[in-house]
Amino acid sequence: MDNLVQTKPMPRLFPLSGKAIDRRCTPVNGGARFSLRLPAASISTASAALGVELAVPVNRASAANGRTALRLGPDEWLLLLSEAEAVPVAAVLEARLTDGRYSLADISHRQTGVVLEGTAVTDILNGGCPLDFDLAAFPVGMATRTIFCKAEAVLWRQSEGRFHLEVWRSFAPYVWNLLAIVSREYAV
Amino acid sequence: MKLLPPRSPIKGSQEMLLIPCPYCGNRPEIEFAYGGEAHVVRAAAPRTVDDTAWTEFLYFRKNPRGDHAERWRHAYGCGRFFNVKRNTYTDQIEASYRIGETLP
Ligand SMILES: [Zn+2]
Repeated sequence: MDNLVQTKPMPRLFPLSGKAIDRRCTPVNGGARFSLRLPAASISTASAALGVELAVPVNRASAANGRTALRLGPDEWLLLLSEAEAVPVAAVLEARLTDGRYSLADISHRQTGVVLEGTAVTDILNGGCPLDFDLAAFPVGMATRTIFCKAEAVLWRQSEGRFHLEVWRSFAPYVWNLLAIVSREYAV
Repeated sequence: MKLLPPRSPIKGSQEMLLIPCPYCGNRPEIEFAYGGEAHVVRAAAPRTVDDTAWTEFLYFRKNPRGDHAERWRHAYGCGRFFNVKRNTYTDQIEASYRIGETLP
């Protein structure tokens, strides 16, 4: 986890920062991320162990007790935790899922995230992502893996004008710079 | 009457090429990877199969002009493989269903 703490938001990686009042871009620094894969039979046990309801519809976020689970598929969750919780959460899942039929991979260092806000945020995202961001198609609380230009991404809508975007660390400069290019069209 | 391909495979839609994922619903085609013809069954014991049958399994596909059952993977989405019944001429998608389910 130490590397993650030391990761500074370099200006080159976050070219959107402070560019305009209407669209804010905040890097998500620190935190632990896990990829959790579970068979259907273990969902209720894992939910109880984590204190987060995992049995939400596919492509929905679930949060409780400061922990967040994004259900990316029928058997796949992206867990977003504080760094201090990474070790205890792994331990409690190991203790409770006694049949061992699950997979928990620490991907804290694989991914990095940014929170995008503003009234033009969906237009800017549509510069690289083909999803329909109408509230009826992509409601608040929806979270899904998708594509941004050529990079795999996870998008979580936290409110109407606020998205958490996760990409693999090595794709981050590519994605942030594309976001900066697109957002020039929406400069206020 | 000559059948013209519609602009979108979703009936009634004229906007974007959308593929219905059984887990995620209608999603843009760019999120998906094509997986070839569906329901091609690999022999349980390949060593007992003769060359003709094995060649048939490995290399021969229907490639129809019309209704086709095919596999797709929601690669930039839920990651699941699933099956689609698609008309290869009109690009109209009639149904999508999960792996293990039979062609509707
Ligand atoms: Zn899907």
